[in-house]
Parts: sequence; structure tokens; C-alpha cells
Amino acid sequence: MAPVSDDVRPAVRVRGAGLAFGPRTLWSGLDLVVEPGEFLAVLGPNGSGKSSFLKALLGMQDLSAGTVEIAGGRPGGANRKIGYIPQQRAIDESLTLRGVDLVGLGLDGHRWGPGLTGMAARRRRVSEAIEAVGATRYAKQPVGRLSGGEQQRLRVAQALVGDPEVLLCDEPLLSLDLAHQRAISELIDERRQSAGTAVLFVTHEINPVLPFVDRVLYLVNGQFRIGKPDEVMTTETLSQLYGTRVEVLKVGGQIHIAGAQSALCEGEPHHHEHDVEEQVG
Amino acid sequence: MDLFDFGKTWELITELEGVQTALLAAAILGLVAGVLGPLIVMRRMSFAVHGTSELAFTGGAAALLLGIGVEYGALIGAVVAALLLGILGARDADRDSVIGVILSFGLGMGVLFLSFYKGRSGNKFGILTGQIITIDSTNLTLFVVSSVVVLAVLALVYRPLLFASVDRNVAVARGVPVKTLTVVFALLVGVSTALSVKVVGSLLVVALMVTPAAAAARVTASPWKATVLSVVFAEVSAIGGIVLSLAPGLPVSAFVTAISFLIYVVCRVLAWQRDRRTRVRSVDPAPDLVAAA
Repeated sequence: MAPVSDDVRPAVRVRGAGLAFGPRTLWSGLDLVVEPGEFLAVLGPNGSGKSSFLKALLGMQDLSAGTVEIAGGRPGGANRKIGYIPQQRAIDESLTLRGVDLVGLGLDGHRWGPGLTGMAARRRRVSEAIEAVGATRYAKQPVGRLSGGEQQRLRVAQALVGDPEVLLCDEPLLSLDLAHQRAISELIDERRQSAGTAVLFVTHEINPVLPFVDRVLYLVNGQFRIGKPDEVMTTETLSQLYGTRVEVLKVGGQIHIAGAQSALCEGEPHHHEHDVEEQVG
Repeated sequence: MDLFDFGKTWELITELEGVQTALLAAAILGLVAGVLGPLIVMRRMSFAVHGTSELAFTGGAAALLLGIGVEYGALIGAVVAALLLGILGARDADRDSVIGVILSFGLGMGVLFLSFYKGRSGNKFGILTGQIITIDSTNLTLFVVSSVVVLAVLALVYRPLLFASVDRNVAVARGVPVKTLTVVFALLVGVSTALSVKVVGSLLVVALMVTPAAAAARVTASPWKATVLSVVFAEVSAIGGIVLSLAPGLPVSAFVTAISFLIYVVCRVLAWQRDRRTRVRSVDPAPDLVAAA
């Protein structure tokens, strides 16, 4: 983790933020500063507002209170400096799109114009990004025919090819097997070590990323806790958050939460099929 | 060989100015339809294109009744339809049914307008199946200007539009205005559909706007190669269709649709053979056919 000093601009600064849908408050009074190179895991049961938190950072969800600053700008104003890794989802097999095209869109897909200049430099950057995630072998194949793990490797390259200051990950490990979960987490960790990219990692399952996590933001029932995994992931803190007796067990370097599952369905892989923009319109 | 008399065909091409104008219009249309096609296929808009062309028919029929140029009516009908489909059918779940509802209503209105029209019946039939030979220098100008505008706008929005079409969620996260682009693309499709109506008629627009791109998608996974192939296929269909129709004096649209269908079938067979080969060789996903060739 990069040293925290006053002259380094934080990657994300959240002040007094709150989000409510009608009478239902997802969270309020949220203050958070994420430094460059920090790895923050955003945890919580379904419907606790984890994804809405990411949307607020991307400027796709207005806050009910407070302010957010990300990559030195207001949300939605600096999205070019933000890398985004979505959860893996099925891609149509016949879609005319190869891995190189997917990654290329991460580099300049947001730009206007046909992009006919600088093709050689573009190709080099894309192939370097693909090389860095070890996806060169299948990068020219149709993405719809790749495995979930292969697709997510390309997603990492897509998010990193534009040299983002902040990396937002929305359940990127969901539906991957353990080996791929580890590989993808390691790729993300490598990046923040080497380039000081801040990582905000939304997940329902902390264990695959536990070795890399600096701090946890745990959202439950309109409440939240921020702190090191050891501080937040305890029987005492989580029982307080959930408002019911929750047992936190540490086994072989992993954290298991007993009791929360039955009450709030945590840990149950949920494919949120809603699109990221759905709540905007 | 009576059906394809090449001497007669050549004579008609070189001597009739109308035929040359038609070939020029077909070449322009092949380019526009070929470039838009892959995006239409990626966005699963084949049915929307068909719906749009049916409303181009409604607009054309209304124009015929009112005594103004059919192409203006078709243009207005297609643009209104494309906007309706773009706005009302923005949600995936609704889209299919919204298109069906608008398409059938528009077609019914078109039939009503035609029944009031007391002019030449060839004009009526022409809106449905095309009448490219009637393109003259005035509407060729409209044709060229519309095509240039469509291609220029497309060049400007191409990358964000591709991003929004194939990877919507990430495009949204990266700040691409996907909703605005949906409307822009609907407008481009509307204008191009109106152009196609003149050549192949509103019933058969899909043969030029969708079939070539669908064929290309079978043999390559690269968006660029798919666009190039789609243009080539659309050109071969449009120009080839006109040329082949000359000697026998049969409808242009029959030949255009037959050629584009044949290309599609050939591409499917090629893809099927490639998939079979690669499945025998390894369990790896199939490589890009065009890159391998």
C-alpha cells in the first residue's frame, strides 16, 4: 500500500454520503478516503447498496446526501480515469468480437471519430495489456466462445489498458472456479502494487481477495463499518451490524460467517441480471 | 440461354442512362447497408429494421396518395418509426412486441392509403418491392446526400457505438452516452431503410441491411473484417441483382434477395465446415476463418 501523505491526491473521497430510495435508506453518513494503491473490499448482503455505491462513484446514481470525488473529479466527469470490471456473463457465441477488440474498446471505445490515426501504437498497447494478463493465446478468438475465466482475464486487460487511477470491480469473480478466482485477484493485486491503482472491489465473498485487502467497507441494513479485515470481520462487529448473533470463524486463513446466511442470504452467489445503467433511466 | 443474355445485358447497361443511375444508386446503398449491417446484427435489430421498413411503406403510400414524392414519404415514415422503436423499445423485454405492434398498424394504414390511390398500380407495387429503375437525377441527389450524411455521422460515432453495441455495461461505466447513441443509430437506420425501399422495396429491406452482415458474422469474429465483408456482400447483391435482372426483365428485388441469401448459405456452410474441422483437431474454440485463410 502506498504511503498516506497529504500531498498525494486520494483516489476516492466520500463525504457524508447517503443513499435512499424513497423511505428506505441504504446507507448514510458515509465518510471514506481511498488512497492510491489501496485495496478496499466492499462487502454486504444482497440489497445492501454495494452496487449502488459503485454506481454513485461512476456518476450513474445520484446521492441523497453528501459528496463524492473520484480520480480528482466529480462522479461521471472522470470516467476515463476509471477502469471497470463487471461480473462475468454469457456472451453470444456468434458475436463478432474478439478478445483484442474487447480490450481495444477499453482503450479508446469512448472516443469519437473513426480512430484511424495511431493504429500501430494502439495495437501495441492492446497486445501489451493482453500479454500482461496472459491471454495472448486466445485473444484473437471470438469472446463468446471463451470460458468464463478467459473472458475475465480479458476484462482485466480491458479495464487496465487505459492506465486507470481507480479500478472499480463489480463482483468480477462470480461464477468463476477457485483457480480462476485466484488468478484474476492476483492480476488485480499486481496492478495496484506496480502502478498504484486504487482498487474498490465489490464482492459477496471476501476469501478469494482476503490476502490483498487493506480495508473493508461492510454494508448491512443501512449501517456500515470501515476498517482492516481483522477489525471488521469479527463476531462482535458483524453481530452488531446485522443486529443478530453472527459467528465469524477463521479457518486456514479464510473467514467464514455463520448465521448471516440464514437471515440475509449472504454468500449465496447472486447473478444480478440488472444492467448497470438500469437505475439511471 | 434466354434468362441471362449477356449481350443484351451489356447493351442495356451502356445505352440506358436510367440503368447507369440505378447501378450508381445500388453501389451507394450497398456501401451504406453493408457498413450499418454488422451493428444491426450486433444490436439484434433485424426485426426493428423490418418494422422500420414497413413504416417507410406507410409513409410512401401516404405520399403517393398526397401526390408528393414517395421517397420523401418513405424517409419521414422510416425516421418516425426508427425513433418510436428506439424510444419505446429501449428495454429489451418490450422491444420485440413494440416492433410487432407498430409494424402491423403501419402496414394496415399503408394498405388503406393505397386503396384510396387511383393512379398507376405499378406505383403501389413499387413501394413494396422496389422500383430502382425510376430513380432519376433529382432523387439521385437526395440519395447521395442522405448516404453521405449517414456515413459521416457513422464515422463520428463508430467507436462509442460499437462499444455500446457489444459491451453495454462497461461502455456505460466508461461514460459512453449509450441512450443518445441508441437514438442516433435509430435515425441512421431510418434514413438507410428509406434509401433501401427505393431499391428492393419495403418488404425486402432486410435482404440488404441484415443478410450480408449476418453472412459475414458467420465467417469472421473481427468487427472490421465483418464490416468489409458485409459491404462486399451487399455490393455484390445490389449491383449483381440489377445486372442479372436486366435481360430477363424480372424484378430487381428477386435477384438481390436471391444473391444475398445464397451468400448467406455459403457462409453458413463454410462456418459449419470450419467448426467441424477445429472440433476434430482440438477442443479449443474455433479460430477466425478469415485470419486463417
